[in-house]
Amino acid sequence: MGGKIFAVLVIVIAIASAVPIITHTFLGASVTPPQDISTHGAEIDKQLDETMIEAGLSFLAAQLLLGVFVWQFGGRKAGPLKNFPGGSKYLVLAALLLVGAEAIALGAMGTKAWAKVYFQPASADALPIQAQAGQFAFYFRYAGPDGKFGAIHPEKIDEGNSNFFGLDPENDIPARDDITSGELVIPVNKEIHLMMHAKDVGHSFYVRELRIQQDFVPGLDLSLHFTATKVGRYEIVCTQLCGLGHYNMKAYLNVMSQDDFDKWLKAQSS
Amino acid sequence: MSEASAHAAQHAAPTGFIRKYVFSLDHKIIGLQYYGLALVAVVIGMVLSWLMRIHLIAPNWPIPGLQFLSKVGAPGGVMTPEYYLSLMTMHGTLMVFFVLTNAPFAAFGNYFLPIQIGAEDMAFPRFNMMSFWTTFVAFCILISAFFVGDGPPLSGWTAYAPLSAVGADSGPGQGLGQTLWGLSIFVFCIASLLGSLNFIATTLDLRTKGMTLARMPICTWAWFITACISLLAFAVLLPACLLLVLDRVGGTSFFIPSGLNISDHLQPHQGGSPLLWQHLFWFFGHPEVYIAILPAIGIVSHILINSMRKPMLSQKVIIYCMMSIGFLSYMVWGHHMFLSGMNPFSALVFSFPTLMITIPATIMTLIWLGSLYGSNLRINTASLFCLGFISMFVSGGVSGFFLAQPSIDIYLHATYFVVGHFHMVMGVAAIFAVFAGTYFWFPKMTGRMMNETLGRLHFWLTFIGTYCIFMPFHYLGLAGNVRRYSAFTDDFLVPLLPVHKFITYSALFTGAVQLIFLFNLIYSRFKGTPATANPWEATSLEWSTPSSPPPFDNFGGVHPVVYHDPYQYGVKSSTADYLMQTSPERAGETP
Repeated sequence: MGGKIFAVLVIVIAIASAVPIITHTFLGASVTPPQDISTHGAEIDKQLDETMIEAGLSFLAAQLLLGVFVWQFGGRKAGPLKNFPGGSKYLVLAALLLVGAEAIALGAMGTKAWAKVYFQPASADALPIQAQAGQFAFYFRYAGPDGKFGAIHPEKIDEGNSNFFGLDPENDIPARDDITSGELVIPVNKEIHLMMHAKDVGHSFYVRELRIQQDFVPGLDLSLHFTATKVGRYEIVCTQLCGLGHYNMKAYLNVMSQDDFDKWLKAQSS
Repeated sequence: MSEASAHAAQHAAPTGFIRKYVFSLDHKIIGLQYYGLALVAVVIGMVLSWLMRIHLIAPNWPIPGLQFLSKVGAPGGVMTPEYYLSLMTMHGTLMVFFVLTNAPFAAFGNYFLPIQIGAEDMAFPRFNMMSFWTTFVAFCILISAFFVGDGPPLSGWTAYAPLSAVGADSGPGQGLGQTLWGLSIFVFCIASLLGSLNFIATTLDLRTKGMTLARMPICTWAWFITACISLLAFAVLLPACLLLVLDRVGGTSFFIPSGLNISDHLQPHQGGSPLLWQHLFWFFGHPEVYIAILPAIGIVSHILINSMRKPMLSQKVIIYCMMSIGFLSYMVWGHHMFLSGMNPFSALVFSFPTLMITIPATIMTLIWLGSLYGSNLRINTASLFCLGFISMFVSGGVSGFFLAQPSIDIYLHATYFVVGHFHMVMGVAAIFAVFAGTYFWFPKMTGRMMNETLGRLHFWLTFIGTYCIFMPFHYLGLAGNVRRYSAFTDDFLVPLLPVHKFITYSALFTGAVQLIFLFNLIYSRFKGTPATANPWEATSLEWSTPSSPPPFDNFGGVHPVVYHDPYQYGVKSSTADYLMQTSPERAGETP
């Protein structure tokens, strides 16, 4: 009796688990990644879908087999024992070949998507923006008309006077025209070269729609490049535990047309 | 070998209460002490998870009584965001170290490894006692963080530097609380090293006559392999914690670079690297996953064979799989750090062996499934938990396929998908094995059977409950729900709140169900049906002891002689369908 209940239960659970994945919704909430707005995201999504199919089939097959075998042999009157046809040899071979091939294929295909984000540097005409993460806010900096960023002086950081980056405009000429913003405003269809700087502890930059996530590491200035393809406003959230305000550390990514962006930039520098 | 066993048995059975039950040299008592400590830790850890789950669906709701735990952290019972993180840190640390490392490995391993190889005790009984009491000290240091200054640390069980290294500037709990955390884990590492050495020496040196390595039960193998992993893993975490504590109190800068401005204070550090901590931590952290799950695999295989009344399709293959998992576990730590800023090429180097780990895991799963085929599977609480383990292991395992790929990790990293993955495969699966082990070995440890009706009820409700909790975590992760948030105020997270409510209700329900287990444990200890000598008709040496619980020297002054492989089930014999390892019947005929 217990064996039959288990068999039914495990099969019901397996199918019920798969339903939200297939229907994309659970208790009214969408459980699918939101629409991708980047040039590289399609490959990540494709990789995710393919993995979902392969992992999903393995999951269902294993749970169903477990259910079927327990149904068939669980709690039965002791009878003659049987061995799985072929013994362990074919099972080991199947795991080696199938899973091995699956792993190698997924690994190789996934490399492409990864490479697109990380293996090529930003192109020369990408728009450089500096992002700084600190407890518990993001700030963004544009180089201004001279195209040069002023140097960061951690000891000069003074949030009360809006000197978030610790600039020294008195002695540092490139710093004078730098534009600081609490929102990441970017032109659509233009490659962005994001230079990432952590002010205090580790943080992370995550925009679901952009399919981008990257840690800010103190002492290690990293860079990231991406192109947004859709005008709109999207949330940037911190995903690296950074302290008590972590849950509230966010900013917005504002993707504008090139014209709107130029106007915005002009308004900022005046 | 017998010479060594005789040597180990030199200490006589103690008579006083303190030497018998408190500072005991007896591996069985030490095993029970580990089990008891894990039980206390799991109850605290579970209550913490309840508090967190309640807070997540109702951040402003006062939780009655919480203000007594911390006036600052929960004024009027309403948890502050920082206190949420503190409870989360303590939950993770307690569960990973004091439950998942202690229960399947240290508790059951201590109790049964020596018996299963026919030894009278561990190779170094005094080290064994020391390892438990050192663990206990580590536990006390960790718990004391609740009651100091501004409370427990909030940097998570992974304690990423520099948040964990710079001291009180970085937030509440990051003062003394974080230092206590570092010290606690440092002490825990010492205890684990002592324990691992003991397990290895015992397995290699104290096997009784006829007990070749090939004749050891699968769980003995699992504990042995785990001890080897643990020896190398904790040996790395130990200095890492020491360096962390030095950064905090000694003014060093191992993990802190220059130029950090924290809470308007320029930090007086330079030259350190936050990534160094991550490398050291995960070099331990990934093998740690297998320290929790390999003993579980061993226990489940051991019990399942007994329930199926036939050996596994291949015992050797399972052991080789465990070894290869242990070996691979040291090459994959970087998959926790794909987005940490290390060289992106290294992501591919770490991704490949991670994907490869699915091969031995799949082989083991297929062997379990293939062995079920054609068996005379007996259904009882212990075997149900084993079957539940297989189901959980599969469910938690397949999600690893996503996270092993750096390109997908870009999206899923630090989301609830990860939380769902490791809770299922490392948390629930390992706990299911502990439950299975408890129901199976309870008659040996106490001389009484656990109540079967309550046991089954416990299983059905827990099995359904854990799926209801942890499966939706994956959906949340796919929707991009970030982890370690104390409230979901972001626009895109708000629509997901119904899912969180469902999870919270499931967690409260499943947690409450564990009271059935606790009641059963206590009730059966005193009122359970007395157990027969070999209630499960099992073959391995723990069922050859003269009494239950076994006498101080396990076999009553006799050295058992082993004639067979551990799992002679489904064979023709005078006793029924099995041959005990100590039975001379048909000696020489079977392997």
